[in-house]
Amino acid sequence: MRWIWIDKFVEFNSRQSAIAQKNVSLAEEHLHDLYPLFPIMPHSLIVEGMAQTSGILVGEARNFEEKVILAKIGKATFHRLVRPGETITYYAKIDQLNEQGASITGTVKVEDDLVAEIELMFSHIDQNMAGLEFPEHNFVFTEQFTELLKTYKFRSTVKI
Amino acid sequence: MTREEIYDKVKAVLVDALGVDEEEVKPESVIRDDLGAESIDFLDIMFRLEKSFNIKIPRGELMPENLVSDPTLVQDGKVTPKGIALLKEKMPFSDNISEFEKDPELEKMSKLFTVNMIVNFVEWKLANPTVETAAPTEFPSNTPPSSNP
Repeated sequence: MRWIWIDKFVEFNSRQSAIAQKNVSLAEEHLHDLYPLFPIMPHSLIVEGMAQTSGILVGEARNFEEKVILAKIGKATFHRLVRPGETITYYAKIDQLNEQGASITGTVKVEDDLVAEIELMFSHIDQNMAGLEFPEHNFVFTEQFTELLKTYKFRSTVKI
Repeated sequence: MTREEIYDKVKAVLVDALGVDEEEVKPESVIRDDLGAESIDFLDIMFRLEKSFNIKIPRGELMPENLVSDPTLVQDGKVTPKGIALLKEKMPFSDNISEFEKDPELEKMSKLFTVNMIVNFVEWKLANPTVETAAPTEFPSNTPPSSNP
């Protein structure tokens, strides 16, 4: 299993905002773990989807040179469940961004229905964890994640 | 903006950033010891202060950096007279340095960071003519955003 909780970017404005989507399928194992016979997309994984959408947004702002980690979930308020067959849309907006990290405001929707409001804070760990050493290579932005961003760029340039 | 208004907004920032109750936040509360802040919370507090007061807080302005790694500033776990002088210079908004100077153990330095200190800092920042206006999505970087990561 690959730890990827968004399927594609549908909009990407460098250093500002991003929109990503995930299709929720009954075939996914995790839907069945919370409530037997009532499959839902777990809230924690919706937060993870927002973290991946906005984490890539924050990472791209510095050319994926920083190790960007989710440092804090400031807020995660849920208004509705997400069921199989629905498409989750993540809207992430950068509130603040500096050399130490970034703060994000996000909303999650299914079509026009508000699913959740999420605020996240990201840290550039090499800038903030003085005294601690991390591997030189960027273990956060593996090829899996940088390839995700290409889903948007590829789609916007290729005509069939 | 009056000091009382600044205090109320700082309190709201701390309640949101640290998840504490309003009643827990008092002027003399130590951010780390009394309100339970961890190191990453200070970045969150800075972001929220910038947003709430529309100010820009350059790195190291609220909390001097690299103090520990300089042996002329910290020796044997204590802040040296040169380190104290630096703190006084860099943190004119702190009202606890003189008290800290009597027993300048590094471990006790967190006691400088009180709610009152943050209120002083914001008041000082707003009154300082060199205050920059916050630019929420901009930061200095020599690296242009990638067009093809």
